[in-house]
Amino acid sequence: MRSEPHLGIVGRAAPRVDALAQATGRVKYLDDLSYSGMLHGKILRSTEAHARIVAVDTSAAKALPGVHGILTGEDLPVAFGLLPVSQDEHALAVDKVRHIGDPIAAVAAEHPDIAQRAMELIEVTYESLPVVTTMTEAVETTEEPIHGDGPRNNRDREISLEFGDVDAGFDIAYHIREDVFFYQGNNHAALEAHGALGVVEDDGRLHVFSSTQVPHYLHRILAKVLEMPESRIRVTATPTGGGFGAKTDVFSHELVAGQMALITGRPVKFVLTREEVFYAHRGRHPVLMWVKTGFTSDGRITAMSFRTFIDGGAYGSYGAASLLYTGQLQTITYRIPAYRFEGVRLFTNKPACGPKRGHGTPQPRFGLEVHLDKAADDLGLDPVTIRKRNLVSPNTVTVNHLRITSCGLTECIDRVVADSGYLDKRRHLPQGHGIGFAIGAYMSGAGLPIYFNDMPQSEVMIKVDRGGGVTVYSMAADCGQGSTTMLATVVGEALGLDPSDLVVITADTDLTPVDLGSYSSRVTFMAGNAALEAALKLTDLVLTAIADELDIDQDAVEIGHGVVVAGDREIPWAEAARIAEARWGLLVTTGTYKPPKDIKGDYRGAGVGPSPAYSYSACVADVKCDPETGHVSVERVWLAHDVGRAINPLLVRGQIEGSVHMALGEVLMEEQTFRGALHSGPSLLDYKIPTVLEMPRVESIIVESIDAEGPFGAKEVGQGPLLPVIPAVVNAVHDALGIRLDAIPLRPDKVLAALDDLERGGPGRYGPTDLPDYTFRSPLRVDPPPEAVTV
Amino acid sequence: MLRLPPLRYEAPSTLEEAVALLAEDGALLAAGGSDLVPNLKRRQYPTARTIVSLRRVADLVGIRVESDGTIRIAALTTLATVVEDSRLPKVLREAAGAVASPQIRNQGTVGGNLCVDTRCDWLNVPDTWRQAAEPCLKAGGEMCWVAPAKKDCWAVSSSDLAPVMVALGAEVQLIGPDGRRSIPIEQLYRNDGMAYLTKTTEEILTEVVIGPHAGLRATYRKLRRRGSIDFPILGVAAAVRLDDADICTEARIVLGAVASAPLRVPTSEEVLVGRTYNAETIAEAAEAARKLARPLNNTDLTSRYRTRMIPVFVRRALEELG
Ligand SMILES: Cc1cc2nc3c(=O)[nH]c(=O)nc-3n(C[C@H](O)[C@H](O)[C@H](O)COP(=O)(O)OP(=O)(O)OC[C@H]3O[C@@H](n4cnc5c(N)ncnc54)[C@H](O)[C@@H]3O)c2cc1C
Repeated sequence: MRSEPHLGIVGRAAPRVDALAQATGRVKYLDDLSYSGMLHGKILRSTEAHARIVAVDTSAAKALPGVHGILTGEDLPVAFGLLPVSQDEHALAVDKVRHIGDPIAAVAAEHPDIAQRAMELIEVTYESLPVVTTMTEAVETTEEPIHGDGPRNNRDREISLEFGDVDAGFDIAYHIREDVFFYQGNNHAALEAHGALGVVEDDGRLHVFSSTQVPHYLHRILAKVLEMPESRIRVTATPTGGGFGAKTDVFSHELVAGQMALITGRPVKFVLTREEVFYAHRGRHPVLMWVKTGFTSDGRITAMSFRTFIDGGAYGSYGAASLLYTGQLQTITYRIPAYRFEGVRLFTNKPACGPKRGHGTPQPRFGLEVHLDKAADDLGLDPVTIRKRNLVSPNTVTVNHLRITSCGLTECIDRVVADSGYLDKRRHLPQGHGIGFAIGAYMSGAGLPIYFNDMPQSEVMIKVDRGGGVTVYSMAADCGQGSTTMLATVVGEALGLDPSDLVVITADTDLTPVDLGSYSSRVTFMAGNAALEAALKLTDLVLTAIADELDIDQDAVEIGHGVVVAGDREIPWAEAARIAEARWGLLVTTGTYKPPKDIKGDYRGAGVGPSPAYSYSACVADVKCDPETGHVSVERVWLAHDVGRAINPLLVRGQIEGSVHMALGEVLMEEQTFRGALHSGPSLLDYKIPTVLEMPRVESIIVESIDAEGPFGAKEVGQGPLLPVIPAVVNAVHDALGIRLDAIPLRPDKVLAALDDLERGGPGRYGPTDLPDYTFRSPLRVDPPPEAVTV
Repeated sequence: MLRLPPLRYEAPSTLEEAVALLAEDGALLAAGGSDLVPNLKRRQYPTARTIVSLRRVADLVGIRVESDGTIRIAALTTLATVVEDSRLPKVLREAAGAVASPQIRNQGTVGGNLCVDTRCDWLNVPDTWRQAAEPCLKAGGEMCWVAPAKKDCWAVSSSDLAPVMVALGAEVQLIGPDGRRSIPIEQLYRNDGMAYLTKTTEEILTEVVIGPHAGLRATYRKLRRRGSIDFPILGVAAAVRLDDADICTEARIVLGAVASAPLRVPTSEEVLVGRTYNAETIAEAAEAARKLARPLNNTDLTSRYRTRMIPVFVRRALEELG
C-alpha cells in the first residue's frame, strides 16, 4: 500500500525508539528475566554423531536433592519441524541421535550447578551407527540413513526445474563458461545466546518467553508438541540480542522450557551456552555449486544451468526452502531467457543448517557474480558492461515466473561505480591492491506463508486512549533490525505523531494480532503495510468526526504535526481523538497485509522466490592483499541499496553497515567446520568474526525507487546488502593478485595456495573441481510466462 | 554461559601464606584470572580444588626503572599498565598491547601472561565437546589427538610477552617453600605441553627483571587472524645490537606459539652475529629459522601455513631493526 509521506516523519534519520533503553542497559533480554522459585534448566546433549539410543538412565539424577524435573524423549514424543514438509525433529531424541549436540534429556533444578551435576549423572547407552559428514559420503547408499530406513542415500530433497529451452540457448551461444564454486557454512553468531523461560500463570495457562524471531510459529509448535490448545498457551518474544535468522526456527529448549514448567509447576529458564548455540545452528548451508552460462559475443546471456549441492546437516529445518533459494533468485537481477536449476539437499551428521541473513542466496550469488566476472574477462568486456547488458527491467516477469516491479538496480550500479572510481582503478592499482564489483537482490518478504493458509501474513491493530495516546499492536518481533521503530514511524507519519510518543506492543500472542515473524525481510513491507492501513483507517475516523463536528467538508480537514488542521483552526490531536471517540465509540482500527496472488508461477517449487517486491544492491570493494602472507584486508566498501523508500535512513544505513560486516566475516574468515563430526571450535574466540579493527569505512548509498506497493514505497534492507559484498571482495582479490578464489572464506593459506598455483604456471585458482557422484532426475519443464524474454 | 566447577577460594595477604596454600592438593594460583577462569570453566583442570588469588598480597603491583636502566615489573602489574608506561621499551609495550583485547589487558597481568597455560585446539573446548572426543593427555586422558602416535603433549606456548622477555634476556624472581630464587626467563620454560614451566607449582613468580639494555634494538611480530583478541599462532621476537659499522654484535631471535615453549633460534642468530646487518644477511637469517620449528595442526590456520610464515615474519622483524 503506497502512500505519500507529507509530514517528513517518514524519511527522517532518527534514532530507534528503543535506542536509549538499549544503550543504557534497561532492555530486558530473556536472560534478564527472573521469577522467585525459578528453576534452572539444562539439556543433556549427544556425544555421538549418529547412534541409536539404547537406554537413558535418569535415576541418579532424579535422586539428586534440588532436582525437580527430568524429561526424556518419551515425554515429548510428537515430531515437529518448522516446515510442514519437514516434521523430522523431536524436542528430545526419540530412538536416535543424529549429530553431536542433539538434545537427549533435560533437567530442571534449584540452582544451575545442581542442574549441571544432574545432567552429568544421566547415563546414556548408545549403539553407534555409521557417521556421514561429507556430501560425497551422503550421496552414497547406506543401510543406516540418517532419516528413514535403508538401503538408501542421505538425500533430504531434490529439485530439478527447467524454464525455457536451455539446450537451444546453449546452441546459439557464442561463448560458454562453466565454473565450480564452494561456499563454506557459517553460524549467525548473534551475541545473545538463545534462551526460553516457561511459566504457568495463575489461570493455569502456560506462558513461554523466548528470544525468538517467530513467536507465532513457536506458538503453533508448542501447541502441537505439548498437545495443548493454542488458547492455553501464551508466547512472548523477548527483545533479541541479534537474530540474523538464528532464532527463526523452533528449538528443543523452547519446548522443554514449556513442558518443564507444566510438570514442575515452577518457572523454568533455559539459556544456551555458546557451544549449544553452535549445535542449535540453523546457519548458512555449505554449498557446492556448478554453473554453466551461454553468452552472445556481446555478453548477453542465452541460457544458464545452475546446480547446487547443499549440506543440510542432520535435520530438515527450513532446508526445503533453502534449497530452492539457491536456485530461484538468479533471475531477478539478470534476464536469463532459458534457465535450468538442479539442486539437492543432503543430510549429514552435523548440526542442522537453516536460514541466515540472505537465506540460501549468498552462496549462489557469490558463484554467479564471480562467474560473470570471469565471463567478462573471456569476452573482453568490463564487469559493469557485462552485467548491464543483462539487467532485468522494472515491471517484467522472469523466466521462472517471478514478478519484478520497482527496480533501482541501474542507479545502484551507476552510483557505486562513479563514487568508487571503479572503472578507472580496475587493473590500474598497484600489485596487491585491487577493486571488485558485484550486484545482488533480495525479497521483501516471502510471498507465501510457511504453512498453507489464506489468512493475512501481517495484522496490526491500533487503539487510541482518552488522552490521545496511541498504541500499536503487532506480533512483529524486533530482532535488532528496528521493526518496532518502523511501525512507530509509519503510524506516526499517518497520524502526525512523533514515533517516540507512540506505544508499540509487539510479539506477544495474547496481546497482538498475528505477524508471521521476522524472517525473509518481510516485516517492513508486510507489517508496515498492515500498520499503514490501520493508521489510515484511524485517520479517516478522526478526520470524518472533526469534519462532522465543525460541519465542514472532509477535504478541508487534514493531519498536521500533533494536530488536526481544519481550515485555519488547529485542533490538538488529543482533543480530536476525543471528538472522534464521542462520534464513533472506541477508536480501534485494524489493518492486514496479504501479498498479491499473481506474483508466482504454477509449478512444484514455485512457492519459493516470489515476493511482492525485490530490493537491489550494488557493491564495490577495495582490498589490499599481502602476497607473502596471503592476508586480505578490506579497505573500503561502497554499497548502494535500493530500499524503495528509506522510512528511516539512519536505520537503513545501520542495516547496510551491519550487512557489510557480516558479509566480510563470511568472505574472509567465518566458517562452521568440523573435525570429523565435532565442531572445530565452538566459541567466539575460535570462530572468527571480524572485529572493529577489520571493519573498513563503508559508503552507504541509499537509492529510492518508491515501490508502488510498499508502505510509503518502502522495500527491504535487512538482508539484501549482504549479498554483493562477498563476490565484490573475491573479485577485488583477483584484481589485486590475479588469482581466483572459487572457495570461500578467503583464508590466507588458500590465498597462498592460489598464488602458488599461479607461480607454477597454473591458472592461479583455488577451489573445488569435482561434484559428488549424483544423478538428478530429469527436470520438470516449465513454460516461461508469455511476457518473459525467451531464447 | 559456562559455569565454574565448585571451588574453594582463598585470598591470602602474604606470599608465604600463598606458597603454603599452593602446597595443598588441587590448589591453583590466580592473578588476573583471564586465562585461568575460562580454562576452569571448560573443566581443563579436573583436579582443581582451591583457587589461591594473589589479589590481596601487597607489593605485587608496579613498575620500577632503576638508574642503570634496569626495569623491574612486579608480577601483578596489568598489561594495560605496561602498554601505557612510556619509560618501557617500545617492544614490550607493543607486545603487551598485542595481547587479547583492551578489556582483557585491564585484567590480565604480566606474571599471568608469562605463566599462561599452553593451548591446543583439542584442549581449549568445553568439557561436553571433549567428552565426545575422549579427553586428551593434558585433559587427563590417555592420548594426544594432534600426534596420536606419540605420548607427548604438543600444546602451544601462547604468551606474547614470553618470547619478548627471552629476547630481552630478562630474569624472573620466584618465591617458594625454599625461599626466593632468580633464574633467566629462558630457563622458566620447558618444551612440554603439560609441564611447560620448570618451576614447581608452589613457586610464585613475583617479579620480572630486564637488565640494562641500552643500544639493543628489539621488536615483536605476531601472526593471528584478527587485529585483536586472538592468541598468537606465531610470534617472532628479535633483538639485535649493531656497532657503528653496522656489524651485528648480538642477536636473539625467539619464536613464540610454534612449540610448547618459546624457542630461541640459534641458527639464525649465528648467521647475523659478526656480519654486516643488511638485506642479504637478514634474508639468510630468516631462511635459517625455517627448519627449526615444527608447529602442528593444533591452533588456528594450518601448521604448513604457520611454518611458511616463520621466515617471512623473522625477515620482517629483522628488517624493521635495520
Ligand atoms: C579471549 C582471550 C584472548 C587472549 N589472548 C591472548 C593473547 O593474544 N596473548 C596472550 O599472551 N594471552 C592471551 N590471553 C591469555 C591471558 O588473558 C593473558 O595471557 C593474561 O596476561 C594472563 O594474565 P592473568 O593475570 O589473567 O593470568 P591468570 O589467568 O591469573 O593466570 C594464568 C596462569 O598463570 C599462572 N600464574 C599467574 N600469575 C602467576 C604468578 N605470579 N606466578 C606463577 N604463576 C602465575 C596461573 O596459575 C595460571 O596458570 C587471552 C585470553 C582470553 C580469554
